[in-house]
Amino acid sequence: MKFNDIQMQEFHRLVARYPEGKQKSALLPVLHLAQESFGGWLSTETMDYVASLLQLKPIEVYEVATFYSMYNLKPVGKHLLEVCQTGPCMISGSDDIIGYIQEKLGIKPGETTADGLFTLKTVECLGACGYAPMMQMGKFYKEHLTKQRVDEIIAKCRETASVNN
Amino acid sequence: MGVKLLLEKAHVEGIRYYDVYRREGGYRSVEKALKTMSPEAIVEEVKKSGLRGRGGAGFPTGMKWSFIAKPEGVPRHLVCNADESEPGTFKDRYLMEFIPHLLLEGLIVSSFALGSNATYIYIRGEYAWITDILEQAITEAKNAGWLGKNILGTGFDCEIYVQRGAGAYICGEETALIESLEGKRGNPRIKPPFPAIKGVWDRPTVVNNVETLAAVVPIINLGGDEYAKIGVGRSTGTKLISACGNIKKPGVYEIDMTISVEEFIFSDEYCGGMANGKRLKACIPGGSSVPILPANLLLKTAKGETRIMNYESLSDGGFATGSMMGSGGFIVLDEDQCIVKNTYTLARFYRHESCGQCSPCREGTGWMEKILKRLDEGKGSMSDIDLLWDIQRKIEGNTICPLGDAAAWPVAAAIRHFRDEFEWHVLHPERCTTENYGLRHYADPVYVPA
Repeated sequence: MKFNDIQMQEFHRLVARYPEGKQKSALLPVLHLAQESFGGWLSTETMDYVASLLQLKPIEVYEVATFYSMYNLKPVGKHLLEVCQTGPCMISGSDDIIGYIQEKLGIKPGETTADGLFTLKTVECLGACGYAPMMQMGKFYKEHLTKQRVDEIIAKCRETASVNN
Repeated sequence: MGVKLLLEKAHVEGIRYYDVYRREGGYRSVEKALKTMSPEAIVEEVKKSGLRGRGGAGFPTGMKWSFIAKPEGVPRHLVCNADESEPGTFKDRYLMEFIPHLLLEGLIVSSFALGSNATYIYIRGEYAWITDILEQAITEAKNAGWLGKNILGTGFDCEIYVQRGAGAYICGEETALIESLEGKRGNPRIKPPFPAIKGVWDRPTVVNNVETLAAVVPIINLGGDEYAKIGVGRSTGTKLISACGNIKKPGVYEIDMTISVEEFIFSDEYCGGMANGKRLKACIPGGSSVPILPANLLLKTAKGETRIMNYESLSDGGFATGSMMGSGGFIVLDEDQCIVKNTYTLARFYRHESCGQCSPCREGTGWMEKILKRLDEGKGSMSDIDLLWDIQRKIEGNTICPLGDAAAWPVAAAIRHFRDEFEWHVLHPERCTTENYGLRHYADPVYVPA
């Protein structure tokens, strides 16, 4: 396990933002980079690698990785659907959307479809309350969700997957 | 139309990009501040403006700046708090997404005032695409000479870096944010020492909210005194309100803090009234942590005065009959909403976000969630309501950081104003899962704006 040249370049760019000897500050961004680079989740091996790069003890990485909700400590599907369920989304109908996705994909929150394409996760407020209900997919937000929009999003993911196969 | 200081140009096409932003008069405040003012004079102007922290606490910004320690040979840092995570709040996101250069402009002036040569924007990890927008804007600003070495030939050096968080509400608390910026778990620090003395890497640090730092731009352009003339009393300038929930036009609005709550909800210039012809039941006017108010106490204070969208009026009556301006996260609930369920989702949020350092918060938020869940499902008892009240009281004021209070207040206010709805859930275990309690006496029976 190693970053490729481009990832390594990004690693150095991240570390260079902080004063000499304070490279630990780059830990959160480097963990994001590692998660993107190594399959969408952080294995112990990945975390140990990050520790060695930043000259930290592995425990310093584990304690951070387990604190923040965006780091996946288990493998996830190709598309991670993170649906917000906090108050403002709830009063705008997020329960229906979560229920619909469960039914459509046949999985419960925390589970991954058998084809490895989707993982469903319920999350707390993502700061899109005015555009509720919503979910995060990778880097972007999908807002103003309706059942029809969910259908479209899922169909598009499946289509892309079948083209790539 | 109210005065617009921050979002005036938000709809100009291409304002996200440097050339358009500059053509529209952007970066004038940097020229004025760096070429004609001393750092002390800038702090003075901010003090005169009466600007109060826009993140939620409302602390006077100029005063916060004047606390920064200046030990010889120790670098100082300005950190921009873009960890916007308070449910109901999405105003900073709007600003960063659509007018990123306004924030950068405010950051450069503020960095000069505080003597920060390396300034950090700590943005919540989920705002991943906004991180790219900000980094793009930083590159543009740097290429145009507003960042880097010897800016405008004044000898002032400044770099701005963006750091993404990774999903933790608690990092909006300034000392937790600093811990996170240092690559640690977001556990708030015990104060003192305050960040102004020992902040990031033990260096003097000022942490300010996005909107606060953007407001420095009009303050420098207009002058502190002129800025202070906008608004009323100690609520000076303009405030961004992010409105959501059961209204016709959710979104981000800039208000000058003189309009009434009623006008804000029902006028077409702002929320446009209630969605789907429903009636107003309740509102959380300043982000999920602040007390929820039933419609009758929202539109008028207990004294019968019209409630205004500003710091003083929203908190009129204290927690007994008032609420708070908070972060400006304005959550509107219509007659179909269940207060018990809404409070349950908020309790679940705070349990999820408690960092776990202090037992009253770590344990208390978990118990509140459990009890509210069973009340919501019609499985609670009358004594559960008293138990909830007891737990929230034992959290409030007993924790290192304000997350404990933030978790306690919404529960307390829900029971204070809507106790009969909680009791109805106990008395009607079957009905409460399929029916709604409705409006009852929460709205003024004579006048219910529809």
